[in-house]
Amino acid sequence: MKAAATGYVRANDLAHAIALLANARGDTRLIAGGQSLVASMNLRLTGEIQLIDIGRVKELQDVVDGGDTLRIGALTRHADLATNPLIVAHAPLLAQASPLIAHAAIRNRGTLGGSLAHADPAAELPACVRALDATLLACGPRGERRIAADAFFRGLFETDLAGDEVLTGVEVRKRRAGDRDVILELARRSGDYAIVGIAAARRQGLHRVAFFGVGDIPVLARDAMTALDQGDIEAAVAALAADLDPPHDIQGSSSYRRHVAGVLLRRASAAMQEMGDE
Amino acid sequence: MTIDFGNPDRPNSYIGRSVPRPNAPRLVEGRGRYVDDIVLPRMLHVAFVRSPHAHARIDGIDAGAALAAAGVRRVFTGEDLREVCTPWVAVLAHLKGLKSAPQHAIAVDRACWVGEAVAAVVADSRAAAEDGAALVDVDYTPLPAVTDMRSALAPDTPVIHPELGDNLAFRRLHEAGDVEGAMASAHKVIKARFKTGRHTGVCLEPRSILADYNRAERTLTVHHSTQAPHMMQTVFAQHLDLPEGKVRVICGDVGGSFGIKVHVYPDEVATAAISRVMGRPIKFIADRVESFSTDIHARDHEIDGTIAVDETGRILAIDIDDWTAIGPYSVYPRTSAIEGNQVVNLCGGPYDFQNYRAQTTVVFQNKTPTCQYRAVGHPIAAAVTEGLVDFAAEALGMDPVEIRRRNLIADDAYPFTAPTNMRFEGLSHHASLDRLLEIMDYEGLRRDQAEARERGVVRGIGIASFIELTNPSPFMYGIGGARISAQDGCTVRMDPDGSIVALSGVTEQGQGTESMLAQVVAEGVGVPIGQVKVITGDTQVTPYGGGTWASRGAGIGGEAALQAGLALRRSILEVAGAMLQAAPDTLDIRDAVVVDMASGGERLPLAEIGRIVYFRGDTLPRDLPRELVQTRHYITSEYPFAFTNGVQASYVEVDPDTGFIRLLKHWCVEDCGRVINPQLVDEQIRGGIVQGIGGALYEECIYDPDGQLVNASMAEYLVPMASEMPDMQIAHVETPTRESTLGAKGAGEAGTAGAPAAVMNAINDALRPLGARVTEMPFTPERILRALGTVAGD
Amino acid sequence: MNEVFSALVDVTLNVNGEAVSARVPAERHLIDFLRLDLGLTGSHVGCEHGVCGACTLRVNGDIVRGCLMLVVQADGAEIWTIEGISDTDGMRDLQDAFVARNALQCGFCTPGMLFAADDLLAQGGVPGREEIREHLSGNYCRCTGYEAIVDAVETVARGRAQ
Repeated sequence: MKAAATGYVRANDLAHAIALLANARGDTRLIAGGQSLVASMNLRLTGEIQLIDIGRVKELQDVVDGGDTLRIGALTRHADLATNPLIVAHAPLLAQASPLIAHAAIRNRGTLGGSLAHADPAAELPACVRALDATLLACGPRGERRIAADAFFRGLFETDLAGDEVLTGVEVRKRRAGDRDVILELARRSGDYAIVGIAAARRQGLHRVAFFGVGDIPVLARDAMTALDQGDIEAAVAALAADLDPPHDIQGSSSYRRHVAGVLLRRASAAMQEMGDE
Repeated sequence: MTIDFGNPDRPNSYIGRSVPRPNAPRLVEGRGRYVDDIVLPRMLHVAFVRSPHAHARIDGIDAGAALAAAGVRRVFTGEDLREVCTPWVAVLAHLKGLKSAPQHAIAVDRACWVGEAVAAVVADSRAAAEDGAALVDVDYTPLPAVTDMRSALAPDTPVIHPELGDNLAFRRLHEAGDVEGAMASAHKVIKARFKTGRHTGVCLEPRSILADYNRAERTLTVHHSTQAPHMMQTVFAQHLDLPEGKVRVICGDVGGSFGIKVHVYPDEVATAAISRVMGRPIKFIADRVESFSTDIHARDHEIDGTIAVDETGRILAIDIDDWTAIGPYSVYPRTSAIEGNQVVNLCGGPYDFQNYRAQTTVVFQNKTPTCQYRAVGHPIAAAVTEGLVDFAAEALGMDPVEIRRRNLIADDAYPFTAPTNMRFEGLSHHASLDRLLEIMDYEGLRRDQAEARERGVVRGIGIASFIELTNPSPFMYGIGGARISAQDGCTVRMDPDGSIVALSGVTEQGQGTESMLAQVVAEGVGVPIGQVKVITGDTQVTPYGGGTWASRGAGIGGEAALQAGLALRRSILEVAGAMLQAAPDTLDIRDAVVVDMASGGERLPLAEIGRIVYFRGDTLPRDLPRELVQTRHYITSEYPFAFTNGVQASYVEVDPDTGFIRLLKHWCVEDCGRVINPQLVDEQIRGGIVQGIGGALYEECIYDPDGQLVNASMAEYLVPMASEMPDMQIAHVETPTRESTLGAKGAGEAGTAGAPAAVMNAINDALRPLGARVTEMPFTPERILRALGTVAGD
Repeated sequence: MNEVFSALVDVTLNVNGEAVSARVPAERHLIDFLRLDLGLTGSHVGCEHGVCGACTLRVNGDIVRGCLMLVVQADGAEIWTIEGISDTDGMRDLQDAFVARNALQCGFCTPGMLFAADDLLAQGGVPGREEIREHLSGNYCRCTGYEAIVDAVETVARGRAQ
């Protein structure tokens, strides 16, 4: 179908974007890569909207080495996650996630910020930032705000971002020697949304495991994490019964999802064991 | 003259060679001309208001707000269009008992499936038309929807068309021999229930039509993405009350069709009717979302199959009970009963046995209408047959190849009439199986499978024999009263410089029709292939023909082209004979030069003959015929169908933890008679196999109980993409048909016919040691795990 | 709607080496702009969901989905479509290989498929068949079953590597 938009303006910089957003009347959306937004517009799911294009806002583009942390600008494209040397070195989970996201043509436009703000529970990056215990950075008329990934995802396509805030970037703690990252997913075809996926990060022996495709938001499997910390994979798989309550849809039943979540947990754990020391 | 097909060094030998397609270079440059690429002066666009209900009365339509919207020019309802367009009823006399209700171009009074058009908005652009359509206010009273196949005939299920009495569209029972007796005395009787998913074609170019009624000339010109332009010419003429001579249908480049585009769609007829009323070009391009609910669906079947075998593994009887759910209307003009009818006609096809019983029950539903889609009924019949044969082999502890050896019709048993009453002129089941086992290295694969099992890797090999009907005679549709042409024609003409133009009634949708015709004509006339231009898809220009369907292009269209080319050769040689003072039968044409037949010595270039005939006719004998243009039409007469045969194999790996299937490799040996262009045939088979794999593993139109199609998007209706598909090795056996000079049967659908059966058998071969079996397609990972007992399901 | 938001927007782009200026509706996709406004019908529309890949073309050197980009977002961008690539022989070996191997049938997916294939080949080296399939996994073809396409890409990769 043909998209409908009542108006368009391009933001020159972050302050301009925030001012435009604050002053806008009616249903107004920020557009960056547009890979999710334009698809929704084409399906006429968005109604009468006007667009603020933040795709060229310089402040959102940089990846900055902050010593112990890495600050990744919201406009970092999915393609860049796999090639930016800082991300590859210090946040490899994101680099590993990149090739799983859709296809090259989508990755050339889609952005980290866009994916996180869209908050599709079947997407890779929201689960990754939970696994990384990242901090999301937002900016609005009231200034900057730091939001823990665990607090960011509120519901289906719903985040903690206020209507007048712009997601400006993500801050992750750099990995250190001995840390492990694994992302695995089950999708019927390469590039499809995952039926179930797992993003796992081990930091100084402690695990953070976030599943995607199992609920309205990426789910941190806390009991399973505890068991993994104790080195008990069987207990971790069993703990998923309490951690996860997956939905039933045309892609899979709850039982199927619960079962394969366990399979993925085993495979992720085995993968982390197999990774060499360094 | 006869062509010595066996001699590859014969002159002008194009038949049997893999020459590149003449239309490919423009397509790789983006210079195709698909309907949506065409812009005509004063052209408007139509978008349809479609029912959101599976079944509802239309109480009123208020187009006020729509008409006030920017760019909107007109709004039409079903009542408006019925004044200029008559309804149709899709039945065929030879399908006894088939009944259906009249269907209008736009629904009148009642919408009967989600997506059925209830109004049309005409505007300056598609976007404006969509905006307008969103503003049309339709008052519906929802009615109960009939959406369950098995209860469609139950007494308390509402009848969709009360005047028809019940929801039974068609039922046919066929019996041969004594099935009950055979079952009673059998060594083993095996039953299974199979399900095939409801599919849709997902042609990448959606349905497209640009209808242009010229009021001054009272002519209708339709640019149409269709397989059968002459049939559509007849349909538009009949239903819009125009003489056929005033209707022209043109097919340019068509972006895939697979049978989806050979049917009459109400919204396309509505587009033509709107143009008739408005006197302006009207363009309708179905977008992807509406394609899912308005393109025809197919293959929604549940089949209970039973096979009886003796101790030696000989098949004693096969009993089939097929149920299929169509839409609320039989689709025009080929009807929605053919698919079920084919299941009855095709089960057990490759095998030599006497006792057969098969019934199909075709029921109406408030879902998208269904009709013929690539390999119509064959994938279902082959899956059921080959599945039962494998289960019989399992029950006997016999190798699946061995049981087939014991039952496939012998290669020297022809002509042969099957217990289905299907007549086979000449097939090669055993030779094909031999070749398959050779190219796949069957023993080697069994060793690989065993070795993998020792490592805990679960692999399976599946074999599927099949028959495939091609080159249909009027026995398929014509005898039922449908204006569907089983004959076809070709005009071949020589222009002054020796250029050859061939006009054919069969059409191109990418399979290589134009290349095939160029090869046949080049060889028939005796010219280099670069000198032949082929024109198809224009009813004003080509002989009246049937278009492309049921794999008839090469067998029927190609034969007409060959006959016409040979006839032109004779005409040219008659003139040449007069010019050279030689008997025409001592002359031949090779590489566009008239030569001495015996010595090959060159006598006269065609260009010289052209010059004389067209510009110096005064130098030729007065009564010499000098028509350098010949038309021939061809129709099959001996056999209702030219059956082909093939056998496929699939090697799969099953992940028992996730249920995911990996297709390791696929093989197909196909006997389609004379192969005109090996590369094109192989590629058609490959494309067909992948389409069949789609049905086996991925594709399924999912309806909820209210008749809503819940997965109507490219993200949720899963079609095969490159990463998951295997490499496919293709080989051929050639058993030409003696019905025609060319000897070609058809090949376009064979890949799709046998692939689901081969994949199913491979999966079951893999799962057998784990005690599991699957028979319900598509074989999703979840269905695999449920069969294994790993997952119970909600 | 606020005054700062425009329903019609002036854009300037470079399409196939030529500067183009137009006033476009905010909602028009890049692919519709190219097809409807510029007559560049070589790129095709197959789904408008961003899934089928028929609309794949090149923007600022990257392959993108023409249906998931608004033309207003392409202001100042350099666009290449199959017409321009053909005119400048930007993919001649790939196009010739497709014809020779019959890696196309109806041709509707072909321009998008060529862009995706060329994007892989631009990375250099000779990718294996699985890698080729993976890179083309976002381009739907219903006709070929993909194998001929993989063969053609493999052939060109070897040719370019020499």
